[in-house]
Amino acid sequence: MAEDALFSIFMDGIFIKNFLLIQFLGLCSFVGVTKDVKSAAGMSGAVVFVMAMASTVSYMIYTYILVPTNMQFLDLISFIVVIAALVQLVEFVVRKNIPSLYRSLGIYLPLITTNCAVLGAVLLNENAGYNFIQSVVFGIAAGLGYTIVMLMMSGIRERSTFVNVPSAIRGLPQAFFIALMLSMAFVNYFWVIPI
Amino acid sequence: MDPLSEFIRGITRDNPTFGLVLGLCPTLAVTTSVENAIGMAAGTAFVLVCSNMLVSSLRKQIPSTVRLPIFIIIIATFVSIVDMIMEAYSPSMYAALGVFIPLIVVNCIIIGRAEAYANKNNVFYSFIDGLGTSTGFLLVLMLIGGIRELLGTGQIVTFGYTLVNLPINPSITTMILPPGAFLTIGALMAIVNYQKEKKMAKGG
Repeated sequence: MAEDALFSIFMDGIFIKNFLLIQFLGLCSFVGVTKDVKSAAGMSGAVVFVMAMASTVSYMIYTYILVPTNMQFLDLISFIVVIAALVQLVEFVVRKNIPSLYRSLGIYLPLITTNCAVLGAVLLNENAGYNFIQSVVFGIAAGLGYTIVMLMMSGIRERSTFVNVPSAIRGLPQAFFIALMLSMAFVNYFWVIPI
Repeated sequence: MDPLSEFIRGITRDNPTFGLVLGLCPTLAVTTSVENAIGMAAGTAFVLVCSNMLVSSLRKQIPSTVRLPIFIIIIATFVSIVDMIMEAYSPSMYAALGVFIPLIVVNCIIIGRAEAYANKNNVFYSFIDGLGTSTGFLLVLMLIGGIRELLGTGQIVTFGYTLVNLPINPSITTMILPPGAFLTIGALMAIVNYQKEKKMAKGG
C-alpha cells in the first residue's frame, strides 16, 4: 500500500474513498451547511486547508516525536489537539478578513474540530502507512473530494427549495434522498477505476 | 425528575439520531450488519457513560472558558482505552469497524451530552442520561443495521447465530453499499416526521 503512485492516491482520495458519500465522514456539515452554495464553498475551503495542514503536522508529530519516544498510544490525543489549534487559526483569519463568510458559517467553523473528516484523514494516513508526500497528497485529495460533493449537494438543494414534496419529507429526509442518488453515482467508481 | 423518565427520554425525545440528529457518521457507516452495529454501540456507550460521569464529577472544578478542550481530552482518553481493549480482545470486530472506533472521539453525541447535561447535573443523573442515550443509539443502530443486512443478504447473522433467514433472498446488494445507508435513514426519518405531524395535528 505504501508504494502506491501519487496519482492513484490522489484519485482514491477524491473518488473511490470519497469522504462524504463512500466513507461517511463529515456528515454533520454535509446536511448542516449545504442549504446554499456560498456557505458550502466557504466551509469546503476551510476544511481543505485544515485537512492539508493537519495531515502535514500530524505526520511530523507522529514520526519525529511519538515514534522515537515510543508513545504511539498518545496519537489520538495529540492529533485532536493539533486539529483544535489549526481550527482556531483558521477562525482568526476568516473572522478578520471575510466577516460575511464568518457569519454565514456560524457554529460550523469551530465545529471543524469535531468534524470527523479531518481526524479521519489523519487516521487513515496513519493506518495506510503513507510517507510524508503521500500523506499530504491524500489530505489534499480528500479535501477536494469533500469540496466537489459539498458543491453538488448545495447546488441541488438550492434549486430544490421550492419543489413541492410531502411535508414529512421536507428538510432532512429530502437531503438524505439527494445524497442517496449522489452516492449511487459514486459507488460506480469502484468498478470504473480498477483499484 | 425521576431516574426512569430520564432514562426513557434518551430513547425517545432526546434520541441521538432522530431527536437530536447527532452522530450521523457512525450511524451510517458501520450499520452494514447488526453485529457491527452492536459493537459500535457498545464502544460508544462505554465512552459516553464514563465521560458523562467524569465530566459531571469535575463540573465545579472545570473553568467554563476552557471546558471544551477539557471535555475533548477526557473523551479522547476513554476512546484510547476502548481502542486498545477492542484491538486486543476482539480483533475481527476491530478490523470491521476500522477507523470509526478512534473516531468516537469526535462523535457529537458524546461532547453534546457532556456540554448539555453532564456539565449541569450530578453524577448519578449523568450516569442515567449516559445509559439512556446509549440505549437509544444502540436501538437505532440495530434497526438500521437489521434493515440493511436483511435486505442486502437475506438473513441476519449475529455472533454466529442465524436470527432471521428469509425464504426468498432479495439480495439487494445496494443496501449494504453506501447508498443503502442514505436510503434507510432517509426513509426512517420521513416516517418519524410523519408520525410527529400526525400527533401535532391531533393533539395540537
